[in-house]
Amino acid sequence: MRYLPHTEEDIAQMLRVVGVDTLEDLFAPIPPDCRRPSLSLPEAKSEWELNAHMDGLAAKTTPAGACKNFLGAGSYEHFIPAVVPYLLGRGEFVTSYTPYQPEISQGTLQGIYEYQTLTARLLGMEVANASMYDGASAFAEALLMACRITRKNRVALSRAIHPHYRRVVQTYFAPSGYALETFSFLKDGTSDPEGFPKETDLAAVAVQSPNFFGCIEDLWRFSEKAHAAGALFVTVFTEPLAWGLLKNPGSQGADIACGEGQSLGIPQSFGGPGLGMFATKMAHVRHMPGRLVGKTTDLDGKRGFVLTLATREQHIRREKATSNICTNNSLCALCAAMYMASLGKSGFKALARINVDKSMYLKRRLAQKGLTPAFQGSTFNEFTVKAGPEFAKKRKHLLKKGIIAGLPLAPYYPELADHYLFCATETKTRKDLDTLVSEVTS
Amino acid sequence: MKETVGTTGLVFNEPLLWEKSKKGRMGYALPKADVPHAPLDAALVSEGPDFPELSEVDVVRHYTRLSQWNYGVDSGMYPLGSCTMKYNPKTNERQAALSGFAGAHPLLPEALCQGILELLFHLERYLAEITGMDAVSLQPAAGAQGELAGMLVIHAYHRNQGRQRLKILVPDTAHGTNPASAALCGYRSVPVPSGARGILTPDMVAPLMDEDTAGIMITNPNTLGLFEKNVKAIAALVHDRGGLVYCDGANMNALLGMVDMAATGVDVLHLNLHKTFSTPHGGGGPGSGPICVKKHLAPFLPVPRILKKGKTYRLSEAFPESIGKLHAFFGNTGVMIKAYSYILSMGPNGLKRASQLAVLNANYVRKRLKDCFHLPHDGLCMHECVFSDKHQLPHHVTTLDMAKRLMDYGFHPPTIYFPLVVSGALMIEPTETESKETLDRFIEALRAIAREARETPQTLKNAPGRCKVRRLDEVGAARRPCLTG
Repeated sequence: MRYLPHTEEDIAQMLRVVGVDTLEDLFAPIPPDCRRPSLSLPEAKSEWELNAHMDGLAAKTTPAGACKNFLGAGSYEHFIPAVVPYLLGRGEFVTSYTPYQPEISQGTLQGIYEYQTLTARLLGMEVANASMYDGASAFAEALLMACRITRKNRVALSRAIHPHYRRVVQTYFAPSGYALETFSFLKDGTSDPEGFPKETDLAAVAVQSPNFFGCIEDLWRFSEKAHAAGALFVTVFTEPLAWGLLKNPGSQGADIACGEGQSLGIPQSFGGPGLGMFATKMAHVRHMPGRLVGKTTDLDGKRGFVLTLATREQHIRREKATSNICTNNSLCALCAAMYMASLGKSGFKALARINVDKSMYLKRRLAQKGLTPAFQGSTFNEFTVKAGPEFAKKRKHLLKKGIIAGLPLAPYYPELADHYLFCATETKTRKDLDTLVSEVTS
Repeated sequence: MKETVGTTGLVFNEPLLWEKSKKGRMGYALPKADVPHAPLDAALVSEGPDFPELSEVDVVRHYTRLSQWNYGVDSGMYPLGSCTMKYNPKTNERQAALSGFAGAHPLLPEALCQGILELLFHLERYLAEITGMDAVSLQPAAGAQGELAGMLVIHAYHRNQGRQRLKILVPDTAHGTNPASAALCGYRSVPVPSGARGILTPDMVAPLMDEDTAGIMITNPNTLGLFEKNVKAIAALVHDRGGLVYCDGANMNALLGMVDMAATGVDVLHLNLHKTFSTPHGGGGPGSGPICVKKHLAPFLPVPRILKKGKTYRLSEAFPESIGKLHAFFGNTGVMIKAYSYILSMGPNGLKRASQLAVLNANYVRKRLKDCFHLPHDGLCMHECVFSDKHQLPHHVTTLDMAKRLMDYGFHPPTIYFPLVVSGALMIEPTETESKETLDRFIEALRAIAREARETPQTLKNAPGRCKVRRLDEVGAARRPCLTG
């Protein structure tokens, strides 16, 4: 096997040094009734056989490029500049561990410090961590953090938050004794600012913007009301590109801003790995989960970076830790930093605007053909339409033609039968959009 | 030693991204505007984030230079104990990057994602076969999330039995994540001391295991690199009192094809695909931490589960007792593809051979260094061995000094000061992908360091001297945190 460098001669010599006769003898400490006689797995494939096998499986999955996919809902198709995967593929980044030994890990450390900085600027927050697993688990951890800070045990979530995210929160909360409640959305598709209880036992009020229906929320209204109730205001997002154009969570009173960073140069990969982005105020930093990189100096006074504030973490605090997170999604964070740096201030904003333009064009054209917007709220690159009952059949038919005409919302919201969530990013040309419109209405 | 692997060469200083920024530059080709501009309500819009402005060449040089300040398995031996820094095969990267996988939307209709579902279905079966367990969920995104999933399953099991329990037993040799994961489930951890020989004994567990205790979390092989050979008796004892056995499988690399984890009495265990199954660590993730359970716990696994009906694969939510979802979609699928690719490349014999050689390498290092460094637990070890700085302390040289000096010799240091049960621990896990020649160089380097500790201890205090930076002020960094620029 090409990954195993030992020759028979090496093995014999090494066994002699160890003082046993065979490789089997090394396992003498294991009782016979714990042993395994053999594994029943497919025989080893050569590199070339493996390629053919994997090509076959990949061909049985339809990637974005091979179809016209108008799905968003937490995973977005964006162009990824060639420099990003190229630089991200450097073995020194890919094959290193968490930077516990800073002198030999300055590349990862400076890269993550830059990621933290760009994330904080993107979200308008004071401090961001070195990443979480994904948007949903970051959101769950944000709510647990709010409960720790406020020492209260109830949180209120808008129903316009991604249903999967709410389910992940449920999983994290199930054994904790913390209570979870939801509040509704209004006719225009935005969350109801009067919907959550105003009693003072709430730890957090949480709203997603742009929300699951694509609508942009007026976050400021929620932060005022949440703070008046003595709760923290937690904002979550699935599309970070929106902050290229919209007023960021920090400027609208968010105490914790978190969400999914997949849009920032990370392939969709059937939903993971993505990037849990997580930011808060400095006042709360010691309650924050996850790794943090800080700036410092070496013995000669030269600038350098280290993992810091580790006393919050599981390997020091054990059961008193702020979270059990250890490995995060560091390489994905580096990817996001490369992407944000490549686009830069003007590119990021311009791309956000293009996303609005494309989706608004599609929204308008679909409306002209009878697929009317379900909600009047402003949208970023996703929007919800109300179709007739015959549309389900049409959509099924279009799948055969390689067009995925939106996501049906009824499985998530029974009251939204015949509602569909459409997404159009910069990857769709005017022709693609026109084709979709003529196909769905033909 | 004549010539070390570590040397110095030209590396570049490189400022922070925003220190290189110049207004008007951009490293991205904006897609053409082919639809009319549709401005948003001005009340919603802001200036946009203050990102640096760089050309494509700026970005390329920046990250190329940063990468040169890093050390990875591709650079050299990385013997971090309990982290399994084995070689990360490049073909795995090719497979995960195939457009059918990398470009797949997670909410694709089932008819359009049969290939990836087939892959994941089989990966679950392979992991079940490797561990001997009955059912698998690939959803947890890392080892610690796998632990949490395992604890949630145990919690759900006890709730289903009609009575929740309050405590969980955690041996002192456990990973730090174990008590933190248990705490997330509301369980109070009760420490179990390991015996004098570094392993758990039934008589240490028996007095602690009562009707209020949900079970025990065992790391096997444990963090001293020793196989918990009483695991079966301990499991029987825990089961007798209605508890469950959780196994932290982070150290599974010692046991592939050698041990039947199900036969050891384990009810639920997690694996780290980024350790045992060769997927890269990426400077701290993404990882993947599947959990494997016995039949009686299968109803509690996260949803959706992948089912096969005839020739069709589908995702099912129809498991009413499930703990629910842990990830927005299905977990770190891109990482799973790499692990699948590894299992198929190795085959059953290759996996078994990998574990045998991992154990051989660790024992070889143990044997050849034990005259220089204190070895608290002698005897055959599994995939890693744990030394301490006891022999060096009289010269005022600590484990930290030796770790830093090892960098000058061209090696990544081992895990240090862990496990906590060994004071000044140096935990060495060479993995199977290091050759005898590399191990010999590593051993020579550590022997030279032991000599320096006696003769020129100041050399060690000043180390490292060949890295991009010298020792960094970690205390100052924590006292006055500067976390953004």
